[in-house]
Amino acid sequence: MSRQRDDRLTWETFSEGLWRENPVFVMLLGMCPVLAVTNSAINALAMGLATTFVLVASGLLVSLLARYIPRQVRIATYIVIIATFVTLIDYAIQAISLDLYNALGAFIQLIVVNCIILGRAEAYASRNRPLKAVVNAAGMGAGFTFALLCLGGVRELLGAGSLFGVNLFGPAFQPWVVMVLPPGGFLVLGAWLLLFDWLKQRSAEVAPSPRGETANGR
Amino acid sequence: MNIPALQPRTPTAAMLAVLGGVAMLSGLLVVLAAQLTAPLIAENQRHAIERALVRVIPGAVTFRRYRIVEGGLAPARKEGDDTLYAGYDAQGRLLGIAARAAAQGYADMIYLLYGYDPRCQCIRGIQVLKMAETPGLGDRIMKDHAFLKNFESLDARLDPSGESLLNPIVTVKHGAKRNPWEIDAISGATISSRAVGKALNRSARKLLPAIHPLLQRIRRLREAQR
Repeated sequence: MSRQRDDRLTWETFSEGLWRENPVFVMLLGMCPVLAVTNSAINALAMGLATTFVLVASGLLVSLLARYIPRQVRIATYIVIIATFVTLIDYAIQAISLDLYNALGAFIQLIVVNCIILGRAEAYASRNRPLKAVVNAAGMGAGFTFALLCLGGVRELLGAGSLFGVNLFGPAFQPWVVMVLPPGGFLVLGAWLLLFDWLKQRSAEVAPSPRGETANGR
Repeated sequence: MNIPALQPRTPTAAMLAVLGGVAMLSGLLVVLAAQLTAPLIAENQRHAIERALVRVIPGAVTFRRYRIVEGGLAPARKEGDDTLYAGYDAQGRLLGIAARAAAQGYADMIYLLYGYDPRCQCIRGIQVLKMAETPGLGDRIMKDHAFLKNFESLDARLDPSGESLLNPIVTVKHGAKRNPWEIDAISGATISSRAVGKALNRSARKLLPAIHPLLQRIRRLREAQR
């Protein structure tokens, strides 16, 4: 392989998951938890943090072991590693709060099949040194958590009139219940994607482009 | 034509060693986590039940767990679905018993804890332990004040033979409640409201005739401990 290995640790290593390669808004990965558990900000935050933990821990272990894992069994090995950390966080959430555990339901266990994590293990952690893999995984986790919070915050605000369980609008507010139901997830995700695409397009227009005549001479 | 192998073959032993090693490490971590969190999880579950118990047996300060055995009640050592809870006031008098009930709701099973008061032969309160009903509609069974008022004194008298309920507990359409054994449904959440009625009726019909003759023995805390 002639691929150049770049071992430098830069701000970009962390921030690409946060913005330029945001797993939800740019790569559209892990849509299942994004739509399912973002009916309140607290659920979104818990899901985001749990996923971040699994990303970072599995990234570190995969990066450390990558040299010894034969190609043929690498996916199986990654899945076992990921499943282990998911089980750990599953126990941890049960120990922290049963209410939260019941609210998140099966989606904690389903982190195992979240493609962000396996994708990062295969495409990044196994090819980079541990520190870099951890920093990148933390960035991706932060980006995922940020995206979940964007959805969860808006949905809870509109659908229940509260944020993190704190009632904001008083008793006169008529909650827009559809927002905390599954259709609300799609609506809010669509709105955020629209916003992100618009931002991307605008920054592309603002960026200096070669000036001159266009192809058809106008 | 010979096709050169792109990579040297990995010996099976190496694959086995890696997978086995990772699996072993994984097992170790999982067992460690299970061991470390087990007491905390049990504590959380106990707290959740206790919070619910105080609500369904109002005024109770001490609780005992029992299990129905052949012809009597025995103290329950472990928490289980068939566990009965008895609530006593500060003087050690039995105020009520609580039991679990469950029925299929709109989205998934609804699990309840309900409190029965032997003095008025009525249900004194319910608490939803677990459910997945639609937010804003079905989940009002745990918040709606008007609905929860149904269970402040829901008639659950036994018939003269003592073998079944005098009147089955039923959920009726919103605004159609006439009798003390009927539950006034939440409009817009009829399926969830019906499920609550069904769960209570099913559990009370079976449990109350069985335990009513036994309640004398656990009427006071001191007698119960003997």
